[in-house]
Amino acid sequence: MTGVIEQATVGRRGGVRALWAGNPWAVVQRGLIAARSSSWVVVLSGFFEPVFYLASMGIGLGALIGTVQTSGGAEVSYAAFIAPALLAVSAMNGAIYDSTWNVFFKLNYGKLYEGMLATSLGPLDVALGEILYALLRGLVYAAGFMVIMQIWGLNLAWTAILALPAVLLIAFGFASLGMAVTSYMKTFQHMDWINFVLLPMFLFSATLYPITVYPEWVQGIVMAFPLWHGVELIRGFTTGVLSPDMGWHILYYVVMIAVGLVFTTKRMRALFLD
Amino acid sequence: MPEAVITAESLRKTYKVKGKADFVAVDDLSFEVAPGESFGLLGPNGAGKSTTMKMIGAVSTRTAGSLSILGLDPDQYGPEIRSRLGVVPQQDNLDGELNARENLFIYGRYFGLPAKVCHEKADELLAFAQLEDKAKSRVDALSGGMKRRLTIARGLINDPRILLLDEPTTGLDPQARHVLWDRLFRLKERGTTLVLTTHYMDEAEQLCDRLIVVDKGRIMAEGTPSSLIRQHSSREVLEVRFGSDRNQQVAGTLEGIGDRVEVLPDRILVYTSDGEAALERITALGLSPITSLVRRSSLEDVFLRLTGRSLIE
Amino acid sequence: MKPITQPTLAELTAEAMEWGRKPRRRGSWYVTEHMVRAMRAYGWTIVVGALGQPILYLLGLAVGLAALIAVPIPDGGREVPYLLFVAPALLATAAISVASEEFTYPVMAGFKWRQYFYGFNASALSSGQIANGVVLGAAARMLVTVVAYWAFICIFFEWLYPGAANFATSWISIVIGLVAGLAFGAPLMAYAGALEEDKGQFALVQRFVFMPMFLFSGTFYPLATLPLWLQWIGWISPLWHASELGRVVTYGKTVEPWLLAVHVTYLLVLTVGGVILARRVFTRRLAK
Repeated sequence: MTGVIEQATVGRRGGVRALWAGNPWAVVQRGLIAARSSSWVVVLSGFFEPVFYLASMGIGLGALIGTVQTSGGAEVSYAAFIAPALLAVSAMNGAIYDSTWNVFFKLNYGKLYEGMLATSLGPLDVALGEILYALLRGLVYAAGFMVIMQIWGLNLAWTAILALPAVLLIAFGFASLGMAVTSYMKTFQHMDWINFVLLPMFLFSATLYPITVYPEWVQGIVMAFPLWHGVELIRGFTTGVLSPDMGWHILYYVVMIAVGLVFTTKRMRALFLD
Repeated sequence: MPEAVITAESLRKTYKVKGKADFVAVDDLSFEVAPGESFGLLGPNGAGKSTTMKMIGAVSTRTAGSLSILGLDPDQYGPEIRSRLGVVPQQDNLDGELNARENLFIYGRYFGLPAKVCHEKADELLAFAQLEDKAKSRVDALSGGMKRRLTIARGLINDPRILLLDEPTTGLDPQARHVLWDRLFRLKERGTTLVLTTHYMDEAEQLCDRLIVVDKGRIMAEGTPSSLIRQHSSREVLEVRFGSDRNQQVAGTLEGIGDRVEVLPDRILVYTSDGEAALERITALGLSPITSLVRRSSLEDVFLRLTGRSLIE
Repeated sequence: MKPITQPTLAELTAEAMEWGRKPRRRGSWYVTEHMVRAMRAYGWTIVVGALGQPILYLLGLAVGLAALIAVPIPDGGREVPYLLFVAPALLATAAISVASEEFTYPVMAGFKWRQYFYGFNASALSSGQIANGVVLGAAARMLVTVVAYWAFICIFFEWLYPGAANFATSWISIVIGLVAGLAFGAPLMAYAGALEEDKGQFALVQRFVFMPMFLFSGTFYPLATLPLWLQWIGWISPLWHASELGRVVTYGKTVEPWLLAVHVTYLLVLTVGGVILARRVFTRRLAK
């Protein structure tokens, strides 16, 4: 990872050295202290959204739809079909929220980063620290959701446990890309555009129905977007139908993380050190 | 004399502006700051003071020139330099989600200090900032003066060698200013190097051993407050008002009274070694000002002399 | 200096009465104008949202689900294609979703962040007019959203299921959508106006009021599909009442007259009660 970053900034004065003090955990600790004093209901409320979706769609639509065939060929109940997708969506939403709205606010209004960067912390410490904190929170939500899936009998194989690291991978991908995008944003109105990308991605990415209902070319577009890869990856784990294709999904996210971090670093440098 | 802790030579900073020539924030600054010294940058808004402070604080890279902080180049050694600096920004950027004590604690963690040390320092600095009873208060609940003191305390969490203060008392009421000055004197006594910007003349006279007057990114004058006043102004200043539509017209008849006459929109300044005598001569001319005031010459007058502009516009 | 002649007190009184006449009569519209102008800051969001949402939800979600639910939905004595069943509910949801934005953050901004309500109040405008203006401003945005949705539905169904929707009455769903938004929004506005501090309450409203309402109000399937312990959410939700009315006017679902009366009354009571409450909250807070 550091190799990538150094390459991106090499040739510019200072290199990565001026950006990194190796202390992102201080930023994570700050998040934990702030969470302690903020309202627990608000912090925990994010957990309920996928649960409500699962209950509404799983019970109501499940009664109309019955079973659905996954891309792996397994015939599963509708609830078991959407549950892993909702897990991926909530990883995406959480990571995007933490790395966009939250970061944007601190960047432009809270002046929080200005204070942090006056210390020995570098922009990279701050960026990675924020991402790590977002991942920590995402992991807690995901674990809670997995418990609900277990109780409802929607984890169909032991491999479901692998959904947890998969959630982290997905969240990391969205967080690093989200942070890079946010650093270009100037006003709150720009932030709305993020929703215009997230909503169609949520609706189209094989979340609530298989993408085979679409013609081939639409399927191709859907597959170009990250959420579909996340949904397929987690669904593979929770239904226990593993395939070599899952390696591609993982690779997709690894690339996404790398690209996001390179851009974030570049922008952090431009925003805070120039 | 010991070696300087800050050395700037032909320091320059420009910003790109879309479709226009680059904006020059700092044109050509050269100065040195000795250890333990209290050094001031004086100038109006937009003179380049804050930009200079950011470059010294190793959070903004220079465009040209050389800069050395504690013997290190900030482009290469940002984290190292910042680890020995304390920064008090112009606008308080305290962490609104944390209480006063947590603000100090976590700031110490940003420097990588052990948690135990951070706890000790937090209590010690709350006492220094006279905020012990506000330890558990959220930042929003503090008054402007308290926030300022907390920000200064925060800047001291790492026992910095150099404390940078950008407009430390702007927006504070007179009492809060004096409390703050007192705290800064104590730091000075302990040997902390202070670098501060201000556009308040009285503050510069109070706190600075030496200062530079900056305008449009360039140094206009340099020296101790008293030497600058001696060099660029008279001992006393007589301020007279004749009403906003008459000042300009009357000023012409005042030539020859005092060393120099300066006309501002709302009043006329007469620079002289004896203000009372000058006033007598004006009344002897048959002119009766609406108000008159004799005062000591200040850095404000120095600035007016050097730039032809008032500091607070 | 020349002495300035001061007018008499009677002249000043008469002048104040004269100057106050217009604001007293038309003040609500001045506030409305401000609220609508303020929306221009995110005008593109409104336009893209108003046009994009129906396209996304109908083409994305509904078409996809319709492919899974191939059989028609039996509803009120008629069998309707799944898409037609969902459309009226999505229209009402769009209005309510606008309400959940316009009656929360702009209200908090007016009182706390940017304090423009106090600015209005320092002018000739009364607090009741300020509350009216907020309602009307939000209604204007809802109208844009709902009309776009309705137009899209018309085109969409004329192309997909010609004859299934009844255009003679379906335009009434514009009015229904508007009332649905206000029935949800007006009480919310009273709540937002009473909040002194932002501790994330709006996020809670979004997650624990709007979301469950959207998901458990018979939006995507007949409410009766849900077990009884979840059905009550629909009964108290303005979205369900509005969706049912929308289905009546869109494809002629038959509903018993008493139930029809309940739907209408419930929405109107929420709207009127909410506005009265909000005006009271605004008056009290601005006078503080």
